[in-house]
Amino acid sequence: MSTPHSQGLSAVLRHCVLLITGALILIPFVWMVSLSIKPPGEIFRASFSFWPQQFYGIENYTRALTEAPLPQYMLNGVFVCTMIVVLQIAVCAPAAYALAKLDFPGKNLLFAMVLIALILPHEVLSLPLFILGYQIGILNTYAALIFPYVVSPFGIFLFRQFFKTIPDDVIHAARLDGLSELSIVWKIMVPMALPAIIAFGIFSVVSHWNSLFWPLIAVRDQSLMPPPLGIMAFKNEEAGNDYGPLMAASTLVVAPLIIAFLSAQRWFVEGLTGGAVK
Amino acid sequence: MSRAASTAIKPAGSSADRHGTRKALRHHRLAETFAAWSLAGPALVLLVVLFFLPVFAIFAIALTDWQFGASNLSFVGLGNFKEVFADEGFRASLVNTILYVVIVVPGTIVLGLTIALLIESGKSCRAFYRAIHFLPFMATLTAMAIAWEALLHPTIGLVNQTLAGLGLPTANWLRDENTVLPALAMIGIWQNLGYAMVLFLAGLKSIPQDLYDAADIDGADLWLDRLRTVTLPMLGPVTMFVFIVVALKAFETFDTVQVLTQGGPGHASEMLLYTLYRESFEYLRTGYGASVAVVFLSIVVALTLIQARVMDRKVHYQ
Repeated sequence: MSTPHSQGLSAVLRHCVLLITGALILIPFVWMVSLSIKPPGEIFRASFSFWPQQFYGIENYTRALTEAPLPQYMLNGVFVCTMIVVLQIAVCAPAAYALAKLDFPGKNLLFAMVLIALILPHEVLSLPLFILGYQIGILNTYAALIFPYVVSPFGIFLFRQFFKTIPDDVIHAARLDGLSELSIVWKIMVPMALPAIIAFGIFSVVSHWNSLFWPLIAVRDQSLMPPPLGIMAFKNEEAGNDYGPLMAASTLVVAPLIIAFLSAQRWFVEGLTGGAVK
Repeated sequence: MSRAASTAIKPAGSSADRHGTRKALRHHRLAETFAAWSLAGPALVLLVVLFFLPVFAIFAIALTDWQFGASNLSFVGLGNFKEVFADEGFRASLVNTILYVVIVVPGTIVLGLTIALLIESGKSCRAFYRAIHFLPFMATLTAMAIAWEALLHPTIGLVNQTLAGLGLPTANWLRDENTVLPALAMIGIWQNLGYAMVLFLAGLKSIPQDLYDAADIDGADLWLDRLRTVTLPMLGPVTMFVFIVVALKAFETFDTVQVLTQGGPGHASEMLLYTLYRESFEYLRTGYGASVAVVFLSIVVALTLIQARVMDRKVHYQ
């Protein structure tokens, strides 16, 4: 059996190792913030110091916010992510309810389709979706950023799992009260499955806020770009080697999700690991 | 469809009473079917339009020489695939992707598992350590790639400064064809290890305490003994799951290539998804791009099916 002494030692060792790996993990974040408050001279004078001799944060952040339409990018991101998540829940929750609680011909086929769609990597579909967007004339609009994602096989799958755990008696009682099937979905199932809805919402918002591939294909106008695409354009255009404003812009793009994550850690972990943790 | 179903279950009973019940039952069934399809209808239509038709389309386009915008196209059979596999750029892309996956997957698993074991081995600061290590997984990779570019900068980057300070050789990480792929793989590991860690933490929690007690009685006193006899064997299924999920994520690497290297220098950091993007949307070689997509899809589906088989033995979705 291990002695209290060796236990104390191993606890110290545990903290040492985890603090070192944690520090290494954080280096890119720390370096990004550090460069975002340094003047060009200090950036190119290569030093290890985190804090600049001359604080240049205001200049860098001002340039990030004015030279690139960064506020516009952020608003685009918020709008697109909100639309996607609202539409996904509106489309997926009723379908998931039908699959979980109703009996109908074609049910197994529909569920099989959901499982197959779950496997397909979205990037593979981008070419036909691009052609579809072109044909209906919505490329280079907000609609182009949103339409491929309005149905989420993962959402249907996750909600179905959760709805199945809600007892049938609840539904029978609601029917006796005269609720229609659609109001059962919105007034009974969704409120009772709120943890799943929130987890899915976080998953959806994080992945679409961070996504670069499809926006790169779908829009060209700077006024429509979501943050990742906007920041890439900012890098390629003026900021090229102007690290200060570029790092300020990167910090501003990363910050909202990090703040949200730190304030609701458990929800984020659950949402992003797709219920695999359960 | 519902009409056919209703004639099929035509009642055989003659008693008016029974007839009435059956009629009510049939009516109920019809109503339920109608309700179900009205609820699932939008999802069904969208699944067909946004997933199934595009998949069929990608296979069809892959058999043609279509260039986006061209008015005529002809059927070329498997010609695109021959061209794809004969293309030096594509072969480099495939090899790079596999090499990248081979570095990222074990690196992510070993580090993720080690950190999970360390976090779980004590009671204090668990949430804090978990949060720090998970942070890169949800940070916008496009923005973080720019931070990495600064870190890896040949003259002013922290990496080279540190190496030079220690008297070690430095490199122009993202512009040297020998270092570019390992550098991108390092970013891949950095990004995914927190994800692996979280999955391993969940796996560790699900190991019953009884097994450790039994191992204690059997004389597995040391932490290392318990690790070898109980923890690692019990983590087998989770490890397999993490393996596949991280492999899929690694195969789908795009952002870092697009932001940092554009596949260069030469073809040294070209990867499948980047090739797919460039051929389809920059060169507009639609037919060729579609066949790259088919190859990519085959790899991803194969990996997923392996995962499904493995998970099927452990989990049931009902």
